[in-house]
Amino acid sequence: MGRILIIAEHDGEQLNPSTARCLSCAGEFSGLECDIAVLAKDGQRVCEQAAALDGVRQVIRVDNDANEHALAAVQAPQLAKLAENYSHVLGPSTTFGKDLLPRVAALLGVAQVSDIMSVLANYRFQRPIFAGNAIVTVEVREQDKVVGTVRTASYATAAGGGSGAIETQAIDVELPDHTRYVGTSGSDAGGRPDLQSAAVVISGGRALGSEENFKLIYQLADRLGAAVGASRAAVDAGYIANDHQVGQTGKIIAPDLYIAIGISGAIQHVTGIKDAGTIVAINKDADAPIFEVADIGLVGDLFTIIPELEKLL
Amino acid sequence: MDRILVCLKRAVDYNVRIRVMSDGSGVITDGVKMSVNPFDEIALEEALRIREKGETEEVVVVGIGADDCQQQLRTGLAMGADRAIHVRTEDALEPLDIARILVQVAETEKPGLIMLGKQAIDGDNNQTGQMLAALWGRPQATFVSKLTLFGTTATAVREVDAGLETIEIDLPAVITSDLRLNEPRYVKMPDIMKAKRKPLSTTDLEKLGITPEARVSVLQTEPPQTRQKGKIVADAAELIAELKQKGLA
Ligand SMILES: Cc1cc2nc3c(=O)[nH]c(=O)nc-3n(C[C@H](O)[C@H](O)[C@H](O)COP(=O)(O)OP(=O)(O)OC[C@H]3O[C@@H](n4cnc5c(N)ncnc54)[C@H](O)[C@@H]3O)c2cc1C
Repeated sequence: MGRILIIAEHDGEQLNPSTARCLSCAGEFSGLECDIAVLAKDGQRVCEQAAALDGVRQVIRVDNDANEHALAAVQAPQLAKLAENYSHVLGPSTTFGKDLLPRVAALLGVAQVSDIMSVLANYRFQRPIFAGNAIVTVEVREQDKVVGTVRTASYATAAGGGSGAIETQAIDVELPDHTRYVGTSGSDAGGRPDLQSAAVVISGGRALGSEENFKLIYQLADRLGAAVGASRAAVDAGYIANDHQVGQTGKIIAPDLYIAIGISGAIQHVTGIKDAGTIVAINKDADAPIFEVADIGLVGDLFTIIPELEKLL
Repeated sequence: MDRILVCLKRAVDYNVRIRVMSDGSGVITDGVKMSVNPFDEIALEEALRIREKGETEEVVVVGIGADDCQQQLRTGLAMGADRAIHVRTEDALEPLDIARILVQVAETEKPGLIMLGKQAIDGDNNQTGQMLAALWGRPQATFVSKLTLFGTTATAVREVDAGLETIEIDLPAVITSDLRLNEPRYVKMPDIMKAKRKPLSTTDLEKLGITPEARVSVLQTEPPQTRQKGKIVADAAELIAELKQKGLA
């Protein structure tokens, strides 16, 4: 019988909700217990949060100064070593997991299943290809370990209330020093909710026309307590920072309500919002493809509609 | 550095709306426009700019696949690559085997950088660069939107969920490109003619000592669940009323 190891995503202080989504995915396997590995400089706080998730058997705490920042080249050999005791290794399909898991898989000499959206059996999964325009059912050989990334938008976060044990481990492997962390600059969310876990997301597209005009989106978002997203065209044009991009090459999200304003609805954008509860589109072109997927559409000029909406909210 | 290797995958053009075969055996690729995977094109553009700045002598493009992938290698040569290597195989290879092949190519070519797209827009796997870096035992900088070389090291700005992350890496290394790294140049007619005369060498899996494996089998391909087209409302007031009715505003 096997066992699942989930690789925790965190920033040294807070466990990222993507980890709790992986745990929900782990719950779809039959008869496999699940542990979470926390690699950190000082993992105490993150381990406590992980241990409190419902369904965790054990949290493995691996403290090492080299783990202060998540570098795939440094983490991969440690995880490949830990993986010896597991049949399945999972991580989130976030930029963290996408960077790390293939490196782990290669060290283990096995394939990786990317973006698992459903578990049909312990070695059989569904995943999207072609920007979500086709779904494949894939099967991993049972003689191999399964290494997979979990499409986080397909899973809710696992509940709290768990009481996993925390076990400290030292891993005896040589770590490379050829990769060094320098820094991260994030855009200031301005107190708005996180794009990947927000219940409501409002996105703006190329139609906004300038960074200045994009403030209209922020104002409306604040009225609704929403997170702010964007199309690639808006990011490329410099209206908003890259971490707001929604779509195939940005974030895949599943809010209860998604409002697309001045976005045409290219397949690469729509693939990022397919799992949203309700999609609203505001676009002056009645033939824009976004209306094909929108539950509620409003044809008109965003520069007149946004102020009207603000007044009504 | 002496050279940069750039991997070019032949993929369905990003403008094509793909359709699933009715028997669930795959997607329809017959008669569909094929192009260089757009992320790989960006990787090649970056390598060419590095050469134009005098920081490398040579840019070599590598393609793995059936004979038709030579079309994409010729596109790469027309963009400005100096020569091409075609690793011939009829099999649809998994990312791990692609990575094993590239390590073998790197053993003979000794590149200072291997550059590829962060993902291919067909399989959307986002694995090959990372696997290659692991097997090669070298640094990886994935999802890169800015790359600066300093002789034996480089800094890379990476597009991550939290924003932009900067790392420093020793060379040689593997770089996977994100969309904002650059905007690839257009190929001009005379360059296409010139590309026909540029060297293209061919090798195969046997010569490289690689036996591919089928670790993951694809059992079925289906169209995704489609969303229903909804209703069009007349104005902002009706929109808000709809949202209120759904308990969303
Ligand atoms: C490999 C690849 C990956 C990609 N990944 C992504 C991705 O992750 N995310 C993404 O979003 N895109 C992605 N793209 C780009 C995508 O193909 C589109 O180019 C992009 O989504 C277009 O952005 P847009 O809708 O804002 O702009 P446009 O397509 O230019 O649409 C603007 C829309 O605004 C409307 N409009 C104009 N003025 C007004 C007004 N005053 N009031 C109301 N409406 C107005 C227009 O009718 C139009 O529909 C990718 C492309 C490629 C090739």
